[in-house]
Amino acid sequence: MSLLADLGRAARAYPTLLRVGFAEAVAYRAEMLVWMLTTTMPLVSLALWSAVAETAPVGRFTERGFAAYFLATLLIRQLTGSWLVWELNTEIRSGTLSRRLLRPIHPLITYSAENLAAIPLRFALTLPAAIVWLVVLEPGAFPRAPLDLLAMVLSLIGAWLINFFTMALIGSMAFYLESSTAIFDLWMVAFMVLSGYLVPLDLFPQAIRSVAHALPFRYTIAFPVEIATGLVRGQAMLRGLLIQWTYVLGVGAAAILAFRAGVKRYSAFGG
Amino acid sequence: MASPLAVEVRALSKTYQVHERPPGLAAALRSVFRRKYRTVHAVADLSFTVEPGERVGFLGPNGAGKTTTLKMLAGLLHPTSGEARVAGHVPRRREAAFLKSITLVMGQKQQLLWDLPPADTFTMNRAIYEVSDADYAETMGDLTELLDLGEIMKKPTRQLSLGERMKCELAAALLHRPQVLFLDEPTIGLDVAMQLTVREFIRQYNERRGATVLLTSHYMDDVASLCPRVVVIDQGRLRYDGDLPTLVQSIQPDKRVALRFSGVADRDALARAGKIVEFDAARAVIQIARADLREAVGHLLGLAWVSDLTIEDPPLEEVMRELFSAPKSEEAATADAVESA
Repeated sequence: MSLLADLGRAARAYPTLLRVGFAEAVAYRAEMLVWMLTTTMPLVSLALWSAVAETAPVGRFTERGFAAYFLATLLIRQLTGSWLVWELNTEIRSGTLSRRLLRPIHPLITYSAENLAAIPLRFALTLPAAIVWLVVLEPGAFPRAPLDLLAMVLSLIGAWLINFFTMALIGSMAFYLESSTAIFDLWMVAFMVLSGYLVPLDLFPQAIRSVAHALPFRYTIAFPVEIATGLVRGQAMLRGLLIQWTYVLGVGAAAILAFRAGVKRYSAFGG
Repeated sequence: MASPLAVEVRALSKTYQVHERPPGLAAALRSVFRRKYRTVHAVADLSFTVEPGERVGFLGPNGAGKTTTLKMLAGLLHPTSGEARVAGHVPRRREAAFLKSITLVMGQKQQLLWDLPPADTFTMNRAIYEVSDADYAETMGDLTELLDLGEIMKKPTRQLSLGERMKCELAAALLHRPQVLFLDEPTIGLDVAMQLTVREFIRQYNERRGATVLLTSHYMDDVASLCPRVVVIDQGRLRYDGDLPTLVQSIQPDKRVALRFSGVADRDALARAGKIVEFDAARAVIQIARADLREAVGHLLGLAWVSDLTIEDPPLEEVMRELFSAPKSEEAATADAVESA
């Protein structure tokens, strides 16, 4: 009853939160652009792998295939990334989380609005890369069938949710540890290798690929990229969606519980 | 059911485990393997109640546990033991109805969005607290008039002066018309004129809305002019709960008589009335026991060169200093005395 009422109130407030969040993102536009420049690792991978594929295709990837894959990676990382871990870590340690805890709306909801509100601006800033991507993409690779399109949209939402909840979960560790950014660094190492961000998972040996398909990292980036570039379709795509959304529910529940338990330990120092 | 107390605190305690280590590299390395913790009793066995509509000053030296108590009452901190209820709610549950009925303003912290004009924070709070159009228009009208917000709410927060920002902080904190206000140093760092504005605004809000105010401030003038009742805590424990004049009288039973001179003053003549606290060519302040006041004033008025005479209580800062610096043995006695007062 109270949970439904809380969610209803959050839903009514959400458009305003998005609007204010967008205004904040615009205020930080220069900083955001600089930050986005630091997430251009896929372009390095693109140059590297394109050179390798110059003479002969590598696995299923031609030179053009690599370009499409890594440009999609760059774009989808911008659309589904979350930086909540930094914010949460800072706010817990400095006590500024207090202002969110005083409001009658769950802090994770306000954080989610702030993260989502920045996406249109990030998309606008990556628009040139999106145009190049559409040009290099093999004809027919982009999903056209309604089911494939729906799967792509769901995989993007799923990727954003896993990223957001993982960052919330790791960020909440600051309630227990002096700082949660070391855990984040650990996550990033695994992410770089196992998410398909730097190397398409297709190029790994079968055993490692199987492990990567079972872990959550693929579903934060490679999986939607594979759908967008036509690398996965049919049964494999549906199986991927099932695994992805299982992770969404699992990581979501873990993040909410970790936050709730953490708030009981919150010391609000300085705040 | 009778209307609930605005604030009800029973045997409330909060302890922290604080990690301690001496400075230096060796100590840092040792602390990797063996960490030393010290238990700090920030609030210990604290009990008091506040009726709806009361304005209560919450006093104590730095580290007394004032802010910790306010944070527990606002639901930010979970008490180690004891109970607290605010407007009928248990704060640590942080129910929406509870959060809508309170506000916590911290003079040194801000809730305004730093890079946007305060108007955006107001819009956001309006949505979060579900303030209706009519209520929003009325409350904003009141707040704009009382705090003279006008143009300042359209400038980015980072470009506002401290005083302007504090006005907007108060407006943002009161937009949802909370019934219980926890104000932690709301006038810190403000100039005298702005302190008066904020003080007057708090009084008017309390009178118009019948809201309860629990205020901490290092500016004793804030407390003296706003709060008919004070709760004093020291080292997390209650030292006094009652009205201010009684506290002053029990700690500092003497009165101060301030004099102005129209001619050359005779210091010895003044010393016969009481203890001289200040003295120069134009004025003097004399401390006199209450019992001797009538006789002493008569004597002073008889001096031809005394042109003006006023009787005052000693400054509150001095009373507090005396209260908190009392030696331990006396301290217990003082606490007993003032608590039974």
